Amino acid sequence: MRRTLARAVLSVGTVALVLTAAASAHAHGLAGKRFFPSTLTIDDPFVADELSLPTVFHIKEPRDGETPARQNTTVSGEFSKRILPNLGLTFGGDWTLLDPAANGKTESGFGNLELTLKYQFFTSAEHETIFSVAFGWEAGGTGRAKIGAESFDVFKPALLFGKGFGDLPNALAWLKPLAVTGIVEGVLPSRSGNKTFLLNDDGDLEIEVEKNPKVFHWGFAVMYSLPYLQAFVKDIGLPVILNRLIPLVEIDINHPLDRGFAGKTTGTVNPGIIWAGKYFQLGLEAVIPINERTGKNVGFRAQIHFFLDDIFPNTVGRPLFGSR
Amino acid sequence: MKGARLLVLIWGLAVAGPAWGHAFLERAEPRVGSTVKAAPTQVRAWFTQNLEPAFSTLEVVNERGERVDQDVTRADPGNPAGLQIALKPIGAGTYHVKWRVLSVDTHLTEGDFTFKVQP
Repeated sequence: MRRTLARAVLSVGTVALVLTAAASAHAHGLAGKRFFPSTLTIDDPFVADELSLPTVFHIKEPRDGETPARQNTTVSGEFSKRILPNLGLTFGGDWTLLDPAANGKTESGFGNLELTLKYQFFTSAEHETIFSVAFGWEAGGTGRAKIGAESFDVFKPALLFGKGFGDLPNALAWLKPLAVTGIVEGVLPSRSGNKTFLLNDDGDLEIEVEKNPKVFHWGFAVMYSLPYLQAFVKDIGLPVILNRLIPLVEIDINHPLDRGFAGKTTGTVNPGIIWAGKYFQLGLEAVIPINERTGKNVGFRAQIHFFLDDIFPNTVGRPLFGSR
Repeated sequence: MKGARLLVLIWGLAVAGPAWGHAFLERAEPRVGSTVKAAPTQVRAWFTQNLEPAFSTLEVVNERGERVDQDVTRADPGNPAGLQIALKPIGAGTYHVKWRVLSVDTHLTEGDFTFKVQP
């Protein structure tokens, strides 16, 4: 028994050591010369100590069945902490104001809490490449139902990547500041449908079933880094502020797969800009629906994002275990 | 009035704060990707963070990969974020500058750039 326990401890220790030594992780999205900023719409491929607070989102949503057209304003926050240099945990939450909500009244409240474990398993400095896997858990019933927080858990396994194009030949030097990050993700509800029991006008019991489809979620961000252009390709003499801008476009698509929703794709195109400073970055994007099912109006998303590893390099900003 | 103060604050943060806690190249002489008429006698580089000069180096090679610097990287006496290295006499051609620096907050970064000397 004791030997078995000793083997188990050794095995956990070995795994921890391998995870620690597997790749040279860097803070907030560095792969060689490439700095990947934190994108506003899709998740980042890197593991870091960081805080997104707040992210403000606003859009006018179209009528959907009995749900009236409405103004949706959401303020959210995310705190990410490295456990090991390449393994991190993210806590996320949001507060939403719906005007009106499904009941016709203005409602507000917190959404479900989210927890995501992410492991950055590949980093190539030479090719400015990052790969990671993540597993997200939206804890059902932790948010307010009247603003749409579901009563069931949702699981989100994902593969994420980042690639900078600094390894292009010099004949394509002007394309070297380009980079792409992306995600493919399954959104898997733990319950296939929600039953609601109602009494109709005749006093008979009616059962309404709201189905919860599995969703294939994917997205990517294409960005052109002016800091990269200035530092590694050609100093074109950009003034302060402009020389830290990273224009980008994010695409975010959801494909429901089953339970009557198959083919009812929704998504957004999100052009915007990020300014990256020493301790934080600022981002602003337009949110443009790709079809009428998603919406007819353009919204926006704005974010302040803090680099905790640079603000607190010796405390909060370093992994709990292992060297940085 | 509050809006004006906010703008001033944002401008101040933007001007004062170098990009990222990690040291990246802010500017160089000769400039990144530039073509110069006269061969320089040294390369100077300034970074976004103050550096630990003992652990920060510049290296300059020609198109054949041969070192054309004097092999001694020095701190810029007037700027703790700057480095400089003297060059051997060089002619026309393309030169590659490699830098590897340790910022005072112990982040290690590296990079490179080129410049050309006209015939």
